[in-house]
Amino acid sequence: MSDTLLLEIKNLKTSFRIGEEYYAAVDNISLDVRHNEVLALVGESGSGKSATAFSIMNLHNRAKIEGQILFNGRDIANLPPSKMNKLRGNEISMIFQDPLTALNPLMECGRQIEEVLILHKSNMSSKQRKAYGIDLLNQVGIPRPERIYDQFPHELSGGMRQRIIIAIAIANKPELLIADEPTTALDVTIQAQILDLIRELKNDLNSGVVLITHDLGVVAEMADRVAVMYAGQIVEIADVETLFIQPLHPYTRSLLSSVPNAEGTDDKLHVIQGIVPSLKHLPREGCRFKDRIPWMDDSVHEEHPELHEVSPGHFVRCTCYQHFHFPEQNEEEQAHGIT
Amino acid sequence: MWKFIVRRLIITMPQIVLLSLFVFIMASFMPGDALTGQIGPDVDQDRLQELREQMGLNNPWYIQYRDWILGVFQGDFGTSFRYNMPASEIIQQRMINTIWLSLVSLIFIYALGIPMGLISGRYNDKLIDQVITSYTYLGFATPIFIFGLIALWVGGFQLGWFPTGGSVAPGLEPGSLEYILSKIHHLLLPGLAIALIGLVGTVQYLRSEIIDTKQKDFIITARAKGAPEQRVYNRHIFRNSVLPIAAFFGYEITSLISGTVFIEQIFSYPGMGNLFLESINIRDYTVVTALVLLFGLAAIIGALLSDIILSIVDPRIRIK
Repeated sequence: MSDTLLLEIKNLKTSFRIGEEYYAAVDNISLDVRHNEVLALVGESGSGKSATAFSIMNLHNRAKIEGQILFNGRDIANLPPSKMNKLRGNEISMIFQDPLTALNPLMECGRQIEEVLILHKSNMSSKQRKAYGIDLLNQVGIPRPERIYDQFPHELSGGMRQRIIIAIAIANKPELLIADEPTTALDVTIQAQILDLIRELKNDLNSGVVLITHDLGVVAEMADRVAVMYAGQIVEIADVETLFIQPLHPYTRSLLSSVPNAEGTDDKLHVIQGIVPSLKHLPREGCRFKDRIPWMDDSVHEEHPELHEVSPGHFVRCTCYQHFHFPEQNEEEQAHGIT
Repeated sequence: MWKFIVRRLIITMPQIVLLSLFVFIMASFMPGDALTGQIGPDVDQDRLQELREQMGLNNPWYIQYRDWILGVFQGDFGTSFRYNMPASEIIQQRMINTIWLSLVSLIFIYALGIPMGLISGRYNDKLIDQVITSYTYLGFATPIFIFGLIALWVGGFQLGWFPTGGSVAPGLEPGSLEYILSKIHHLLLPGLAIALIGLVGTVQYLRSEIIDTKQKDFIITARAKGAPEQRVYNRHIFRNSVLPIAAFFGYEITSLISGTVFIEQIFSYPGMGNLFLESINIRDYTVVTALVLLFGLAAIIGALLSDIILSIVDPRIRIK
């Protein structure tokens, strides 16, 4: 494992316009990814995980992106489209959430794979492209690749289609692979296969992977390091063992305690109160998680929550983690009575 | 692919039989018959009965239908009550004219409508889109006969660029180059008039499809591959947006062939629509029946074409 930073995000802020105002969906995020490392971005829907990934690829339609995105030391934030297109699908590529909609329904799978070769490997002949395309299908574990090559997406199952998407993503041996909830739309048996595949490819290509997910099982399985996001900010970042053994931030702890475990103990699952506030109504002042742990005293929060390094590589935002406890029985009932 | 086309053709057969049956039954409900009004009032009733017997008009309906349909298959639609000549002869020339007019209109509709829809959808809510969309609303609201009159007045009388009537300048040798050019010259103005109103549907459909398609996931995939904007539009968005237009293509033909009555009337263009109106006015039922049958056939063939085109564009709907 080389230790040079593959991707370094510094103070990234991605804002969308609603009416006349810009609202930041990703608010001042700093992250880094090394070669052959899986960084997981975890959080509820609306916490800004995908918005971060789309910012790296510059795939947002109308967004204001501020801050730096250093890819191999080069700032690629707000790169003009012609230069960005050289990176996309080539050095940085992306695996999408829903394989049922992420492929063009009117194009044979093989041609969709070839497109990414046409765009970035212009010296390949059409024969070479086809041979390489079939080879890629082999690599991602598709049986009878010659036949599948000429089939349309609607003729394949979800798991197969996800493999096609992965084949497209790895066709040019990217250094950075962004996987946006790659297994959410698949059933559990296929999930494990797809995750294995991504891990193998990562090892083969020595790529860095940004894995976006809300499934903590996937995180435990795949990640080297984890960044937990809430309301557009990183609230905790640590390597995977630390995060699971010693989670600190109230949000991380709530997430972990709301996952059922296989032992099937009688304890009630924890339910995080409320929902992630909408983009327009995100609290911009103070601890953003405050409203969802109303039983905690206001004084435990910082006025301007910062990331604190509690041990090397383990950062937590706000001081509220020091005092955090789950609600007593009566507090919980009270709280739910209100909502 | 070919399997699909053959299957689709087979489905067409019963449609045609049903159509002919309906047309025949409706025709037989119309008052009077081939002899009504043809013969002076002083003719002997017995003689009339004799004639009816001779012409097969007293036969049961299915025998009459058989006689009629066998004739139709040989191109014999019966004799026009008024002109006392074969209906097929009257219709033939008109039909060729109408097919030409429809063809020219179609070319104009797609040559103008598709680029307009593309631009409008791609730059939606920008100024250029607002201009095009306003035009389509105007087009929807303008009756074709008003627009036809304006086109005729401006292009035919004020500017004098186009002839104001007929399908060809008189006195030209059929088949000569001048003849063909004159035909085309006569087609341009009515064709354009039909197209400028007829394209609004195409523009609107294409526009909304493009706006819809460009937010689909596979478009993000295409961008994530590093495809430049132009390629994303040409390869991914356009083809996925053109489906409803392809589906509409056959019906467009149908409506053009049977629906150019106003324009033919305004431009005194000798086509089928014009003939249809005349024949109804003078109660020339043989011709009316033949035309209804042809319009029906056009509808069936239009639907057939639509399905075939759609199956070429969209692999998902091919019948297995």
